[in-house]
Amino acid sequence: MGDKSDSGYDPASLPDLLPMYYRKLFPYGPYFRWLNYGGAPKSYFTNREFSFTLKDDVYIRYQSFSDKQEMEKEIQKRCPYKIDIGAVFSHRPKDHKTVKAAAFQAQEKELVFDIDMTDYDDVRSCCSGADICNLCWPLMQIAIKIIDRALRDDFGFKHMLWVYSGRRGVHCWVCDEVARKLSAQGRTAIAEYLSVVKGGEQQTKKVTLDDPIHPSIRQSIDIVRQHFHDYSIKKQDFLGDEEKQKKVLALVPDDVLRKTLEGDFEMGSNSGNWWAIIEKREKDCVSKGSFKASHHIVEEIMLQYCYPRLDVNVSKGVNHLLKSPFCIHPKTGRVCVPIDIEHVEDFDPMAVPTISQILDELNQTSAAAADDSGKKVKDYKKTSMGEYLRIFDKFLKGLESTWSGKILKQSDENREF
Amino acid sequence: MEIVDPKSRSKRTRKGVKLEQKYTHPLQFFHTPPTDTISLQEFEEYAVERLKVLKALDTAGVRHVRGSDKYNELVEKEIKKTKFGPILRTDRRDDEFLQRLDHISHFILRLAYCRSEELRRWFLQQELELLRLRFQRESPESRQDFLRENNLNYSPISEDDKRDITPELIAASGRNTSQAHTQEYFKVPFVEVLDLISKRKVFLSDGFAYVPREDMISILLTHYRAHLSHSLAVTCRALPHLEEDDRLLPMVCGLSKRYVGKDYTSKKTNVGQITADMVEMLSKQSFPMCMQQLHESMKRDHHLRHGGRQQYGLFLKGIGLSLEEAMTFWRKEFTKLIDGDKFDKNYSYNIRHNYGKEGKRANYTPYSCMKVIMSNAPGQGDYHGCPFKHCDEALLAQKLRGQSLSKEHIDKIMTEVKGGHYGVACTKHFLAKHGGVEEQDINSINHPNQYFEESQRILRGDKKESLKPVPNTPRSQYSSSPSQGTPKSQKIPESQGTPGGQMSGIEEMEEDDDLMMSLDC
Repeated sequence: MGDKSDSGYDPASLPDLLPMYYRKLFPYGPYFRWLNYGGAPKSYFTNREFSFTLKDDVYIRYQSFSDKQEMEKEIQKRCPYKIDIGAVFSHRPKDHKTVKAAAFQAQEKELVFDIDMTDYDDVRSCCSGADICNLCWPLMQIAIKIIDRALRDDFGFKHMLWVYSGRRGVHCWVCDEVARKLSAQGRTAIAEYLSVVKGGEQQTKKVTLDDPIHPSIRQSIDIVRQHFHDYSIKKQDFLGDEEKQKKVLALVPDDVLRKTLEGDFEMGSNSGNWWAIIEKREKDCVSKGSFKASHHIVEEIMLQYCYPRLDVNVSKGVNHLLKSPFCIHPKTGRVCVPIDIEHVEDFDPMAVPTISQILDELNQTSAAAADDSGKKVKDYKKTSMGEYLRIFDKFLKGLESTWSGKILKQSDENREF
Repeated sequence: MEIVDPKSRSKRTRKGVKLEQKYTHPLQFFHTPPTDTISLQEFEEYAVERLKVLKALDTAGVRHVRGSDKYNELVEKEIKKTKFGPILRTDRRDDEFLQRLDHISHFILRLAYCRSEELRRWFLQQELELLRLRFQRESPESRQDFLRENNLNYSPISEDDKRDITPELIAASGRNTSQAHTQEYFKVPFVEVLDLISKRKVFLSDGFAYVPREDMISILLTHYRAHLSHSLAVTCRALPHLEEDDRLLPMVCGLSKRYVGKDYTSKKTNVGQITADMVEMLSKQSFPMCMQQLHESMKRDHHLRHGGRQQYGLFLKGIGLSLEEAMTFWRKEFTKLIDGDKFDKNYSYNIRHNYGKEGKRANYTPYSCMKVIMSNAPGQGDYHGCPFKHCDEALLAQKLRGQSLSKEHIDKIMTEVKGGHYGVACTKHFLAKHGGVEEQDINSINHPNQYFEESQRILRGDKKESLKPVPNTPRSQYSSSPSQGTPKSQKIPESQGTPGGQMSGIEEMEEDDDLMMSLDC
């Protein structure tokens, strides 16, 4: 699967399609409603950095726009292959050369997370690199559920925008005011809190749990457990052959238990039964108290295979750029669409519309509705982008409920004086 | 603060000390700078005394686990030797001299240590540790006073509230039941206790952390860190305005330079002597394991991820590879996989950036062992980091055997690794690789570039250069101080953080913003 989608998208056609997409379909209205944050303060939009990647990887940073119209005009003029969103700065980013470097400071930005399927290559057997398929996509579902739960229940955030990156991963934009105002330390601390799988290519066992297990990790384990049978055992068959078994056994630090399991595995069976054996053997060891320290081997294996692997460097800095929602991925042609957190299971990356598909849809509907002179409907609503815009709209409504109170309060204060 | 030249205005100085500053508590948050008049002599003396204290903390933290008995013992012994001697005692409440010394010296060092990220990081870390140490020695009432004075006063949650979440509190803090029942807990916004959050050492619900009383110091340190970090950045920006003063600047510069030790920025003399072609040979001869590992994985994959390129690229810069040679070196290897055009687009900016030719044009310095070990741990696909810390033991032992080291040597190295003494393990590796060299012939390894230089020196047959006295340096990981004898086995413990301790590697300071791009998909 991967790049060669059956959607009829041809990467070579992108330069011809982009102008049309940006003129007809890019949802400037809702997009501006989001990034303007109710216009309080006004500089929130004007001081926001955007950066464009143009044809042939020409990269321009520090773009900024004074209002929606200017943004629309610039995007249509440049037709960027990719748009990145950066921080809100102390000054307008496009004027950054006119202010002293030290005075030009990144002040706020959404707290962002980037989860990328390439980071799971050692624990998925179906694809590798940039490829994804139905057998490994559940990893992203688990990741979204775990991170979203922790952000919501533990940190008290309410306004998470989850976005498909267009190819092999997902992004999360946490838009609560507290999150946007976080310092680099705050972002780092949250990213560390959420990081459980640790270590590079030189380290095999990447999850080691404390005893007792932290309540937040407990919750994550529960989420993994709900998916483990279907994903790891049925889809990935993660104990299916000797090589796979070796990888799992390497995560068992207790020599006696590992030897026992090696013996067990010599008898032919399947992933499901073998996993049951691991669980049972571990339980026996724990109840007999034969482990020196308390171990959580079963949980550690589950987490190493399924726990979200965050690219923490993306989250740490206030001024780290991240690809904007509603971009087109140049390789797949797919739109970076929002994911409905309440229906994560229903999201199918393979079904996300490509730029050529939605432009076709638009042509067909406008041909059909040429003589229909009813009220004007936004073009994107006539295509399969419409359903994803509804998800975005739901997210915006939630956000707006928080700032409408604040704007009212502000105008009240103004009236008093 | 007004600084007076002792020659011209000496009459006013000694006696003219105005005690305008009223110290309300033995501990200080250092919000307002001192306004006294002091002599240049005092200026320097005060600064040097405080540096001795900070250096003692650093040294002790490298040798022992922070908070352990040995650590406390060493710190106390060293601090007693300074003018700050009584600072850890609690019966010196009204010692005006000490408070003034504390106050003034802190602000002088701020000037000296605001000038680079590395300096700020070091200063911040030691100052936080000093406050932690002092706060812990205060009486419960005094601690409460200090928190209240800084508007950090919280009330404990009710017994009823506590009962509802007791299982979570126990699980989150790793404490047994009876302790959780008797402990008082405070409900605070999570941003107040970031170090507890990052270590996942506290129960968190709906944006609030439930902090046991003994961890409340975390709130204090979070605030102090934010305050000091911000102040250092502000001071740094203001520094150019001070540079007109030709009495102060040399002294301030001297303070940080003299005491920061070697940073292994490429030496003028070396640059140009090392060419891209020589790297392969040198890597076998004189590279520490971390760099060998990076070199090998790059030769194998014709690629390195960002963390690896940074760690390796700056190391190469430090050994004397010029920008042009570095470009040749990386290009030659990477273009085995990608075309030259793509290399220019994706990687050459990064390389020039490291040489201070792009972005904010900072001259980046090679990573020390401390930085390699403590910050930016390797993730999936990464080969950077310290092999002694970030490599499975079995794999590490296998690699060592691959270098045909004797079993005896390998065992010695692995013993240190198991004890978490990565610097010592690396030193042992050095000795194993350089036959005939004895432990006292070299300084213990605390910087990859030091490993390289020591190795080259030995291959050239030079004498130990570090035997010449190096001034008291607070960066004990760089060189040894004569006053304390040569620390032969500096140990970098696995966990530097203690409950309420510092958050390693978390800095507010600006990152390399030009590089902070998400280059994925």
